[in-house]
Amino acid sequence: MKIVVCVKPIQNPEIPAAQFRIDEEAKVLIPVSGLSPVLSPFDEQAVEAALRIRDRAGEGSEVEITIVTIASKGARAAIKAALALGADNAVLLSEPTFDGSGGYVTARNLAKTIRTIGQVDLILTGRQAADWDAGVVGLGLAEILDIPAITFARDVQIADGVVTVQRVLQDGIETVEADLPALVTISNELGKVRHASMRETMRAAKKPVKEWIPEDIGLDEAQVGSSAIRYELERLYIPVNDIECEFISGDSPSEIAATLAQHMREANLI
Amino acid sequence: MTDNNNGVLVVVEMEGNQPIDLGLEMLALARRLTDSVGGPVTAVAFGDGLETAGEVLISYGADQVLINDNNAFSNFHAEAWLPDLSKIIVEVAPAIVLVGHSDAGTDLAPRLAFRLDVDVATGCEAVDVINGRPHMTRGCFGGLAREVVTFARSPAIATIRSKSQEALTPIIERSGEVKHVTSILDVNSIRTRVVKREREKAVGGVKMESAKVVIGGGLGLGGPEGFKTLNEIAELVDGAVGASRAACDLDWCPRSYQIGLSGRTVAPELYLAVGISGASHHMAGCGNSKTIVSINSDPKAEIFKSSRFGIVGNSQEIMPALAEEIRKLKA
Ligand SMILES: Cc1cc2nc3c(=O)[nH]c(=O)nc-3n(C[C@H](O)[C@H](O)[C@H](O)COP(=O)(O)OP(=O)(O)OC[C@H]3O[C@@H](n4cnc5c(N)ncnc54)[C@H](O)[C@@H]3O)c2cc1C
Ligand SMILES: Nc1ncnc2c1ncn2[C@@H]1O[C@H](COP(=O)(O)O)[C@@H](O)[C@H]1O
Repeated sequence: MKIVVCVKPIQNPEIPAAQFRIDEEAKVLIPVSGLSPVLSPFDEQAVEAALRIRDRAGEGSEVEITIVTIASKGARAAIKAALALGADNAVLLSEPTFDGSGGYVTARNLAKTIRTIGQVDLILTGRQAADWDAGVVGLGLAEILDIPAITFARDVQIADGVVTVQRVLQDGIETVEADLPALVTISNELGKVRHASMRETMRAAKKPVKEWIPEDIGLDEAQVGSSAIRYELERLYIPVNDIECEFISGDSPSEIAATLAQHMREANLI
Repeated sequence: MTDNNNGVLVVVEMEGNQPIDLGLEMLALARRLTDSVGGPVTAVAFGDGLETAGEVLISYGADQVLINDNNAFSNFHAEAWLPDLSKIIVEVAPAIVLVGHSDAGTDLAPRLAFRLDVDVATGCEAVDVINGRPHMTRGCFGGLAREVVTFARSPAIATIRSKSQEALTPIIERSGEVKHVTSILDVNSIRTRVVKREREKAVGGVKMESAKVVIGGGLGLGGPEGFKTLNEIAELVDGAVGASRAACDLDWCPRSYQIGLSGRTVAPELYLAVGISGASHHMAGCGNSKTIVSINSDPKAEIFKSSRFGIVGNSQEIMPALAEEIRKLKA
C-alpha cells in the first residue's frame, strides 16, 4: 500500500507576535532571520497518521510512505524532518516562483506530481497550512483526482481497502469511511507526534529524495507559480490593536473580584 | 464562469427547520453587498422538513429562497450537497457566493470552488465591493495578519466567520419568492459513508456562540479542577465556558470547548480569559468580543494587549472569589 503525505515547509507558526513582520509594500512576509522552515504542524501530524497506519499493519507489511512537497527553497530541512520521523522517501517539486498562497495552483500541481508518482492508495494532507490558514489544497486535490475526501481527521485506519476516519466536529465526532484511493485531511486532535529516533534520523540521510522541476512532469511555465495564480493579493497587513488595558487592582483577591463583579453588574451581565 | 453578476447567493445551514445564526449574519452581509453589485439576495437551504424556512429567510433579507427539502439532507454531507448546489449556482449565476465558515462550510466550499473552477477565500471577516469587485478580508498567519484578496473569476466564493457580521432585525412583511428545487442527486455518486455520529451536549444548556458571557480557561487554570469554578460562574451569569487548545489537548475539558483558529468563534458581550496567554491562534476565535477581560499572573502576558480590563493575579484565588462576589450581588 502506498501513502502520500503532502507537507508544506513554513516559518515556525509559534514565534512570538513581536517577531512577526510583514512588508506591506511588497505584500510579503519578512522571514525571521536565522529561523529555518519547519513542517506545518498539521502536516507533521499527517506524517504521524501515516506512520501509525504502518505501525498497525505490523512488521513486514508493505506500507510505503512518500512525502510530497512543492517549494521554492528551504524545503530540504523539512523533507529531512519528515524522513527522520520514519517516512520512506520523498518527492520535491522545486519551483522557483512558488508563492505558496494559491490553493488552486498548488492543488493542480500536487495532483500532477502525484499522478506522476503512479498508483497511490491514500493521500494525507493537513487540515490547513499554518501560514495562510486556507484549508483548500487537500479538498482541491481530491476533486482534481476525482477521489473521495474526508476532512478533519483525528484517527485514520485502513482495513480491506477501506479507510475509516474519525472526523472532529465542533460538537462531536463523526465516523466516516470510503473505499481507497481516498484523501484525508488531518486535524490537531490526532495528537502528539513522535520524536525522530536516532536510528531514523541517521537513515534519513540515505533515503531517496527525487527532485523534480515542473518540466520533468510536463508542467509548462504558464501552469506553475506566480504566473498561474488566479487571484490578486490586494493588501497584506498586521491589524493594529488600539485597546488600552485598564488594570483592576486591589488588596486581596476578593476586593479585585468585587470590582470585576461590579463592572459586570453595571454592564447588565449579572 | 466569468461574468456572473446576478447578486449574492448565501448557503444557509439549517438546524432542523431553523437557520443557524451564521446563516442570518451572512444574509445581512449579502444585503449590503447587493447594494453595490446589484441583483437579488438568493438564500439556499438544504434540509429535511423546511416548510417554514422560506418566510424566515425572507424576513432576514433574502429576496429569493431556494429550498432543497429532502431526507437525504437532514445531516450535512458534502458529497450529497455538491451536485445540487453546483447546479443551483450555475443557474443563478451570482457574483458572490457566501458559505458559513463552519464544520460544514469549510468542508463544502473548497470542493464547490474546484467543481465550478473558481476560487475561494476561507475564514473571511469582511467582504467589500470596491470598483465593482469583491474584496475578501481574511486572517492569516495564525491570526497575526490579514490579507485582502480579489479573484479573476466569478462567482467569488467566500466562507464567512461566525460573528463577523450582524444579522438584520427580521421584517415579517418583507416579500420574496420561495422556490423548491428538484434534486438531481444520484445517491450512487456518494463515495463517503457516515457510519456513526456522536454529538456532545452543550454544558449548562447555553451555546457558546450565543452566550452573552463566555469564560475561556487556559493552562493558567492549573488543572481540570479550574474548569469547575469556571462552570460555576458561567451558570451564575447564564454564560458558557470555552478553552484554549492547550487546555483541550490536556483533556482538562471537553474538545468542543476549544476557541480559536482551529476551534470555535465567539463574540460575546464579555469574554473573560482566565490563565490564557493570548496566542494569535486563540485570539482568532474571540478577538471580536465586545469586551475582553483577562486574568493572568504574568503582567507582560500578550492577552493584556487585546483586553479592555486586566487583572494580574492567580486565577486559583481570583476565580473562587469572583464566584462568591457574583453570588452576593445576585442574592
Ligand atoms: C496552527 C495552529 C493552530 C492553533 N489553533 C489554536 C486554537 O484554535 N485555539 C487555541 O487556543 N490555540 C491554538 N493554537 C495554540 C496556540 O498557539 C497556543 O499554544 C495556545 O493557545 C496556548 O494556550 P494557553 O494560553 O492556555 O497556554 P499558555 O500559552 O501556556 O498560557 C498559559 C497562561 O497562563 C498564565 N498563568 C499561569 N499560571 C497562572 C495562574 N495561576 N493564574 C493566572 N494565570 C496563570 C501564564 O502567564 C500564561 O500566560 C494553535 C497553534 C497552531 C500552531
Ligand atoms: N506547497 C505544498 N506542498 C505540499 N503540500 C502542500 C503545499 N501546500 C499545501 N499543501 C498541503 O495542503 C494542506 C492544506 O493547505 P492550504 O490549503 O494551503 O491550507 C497542507 O496542510 C498540506 O498538507
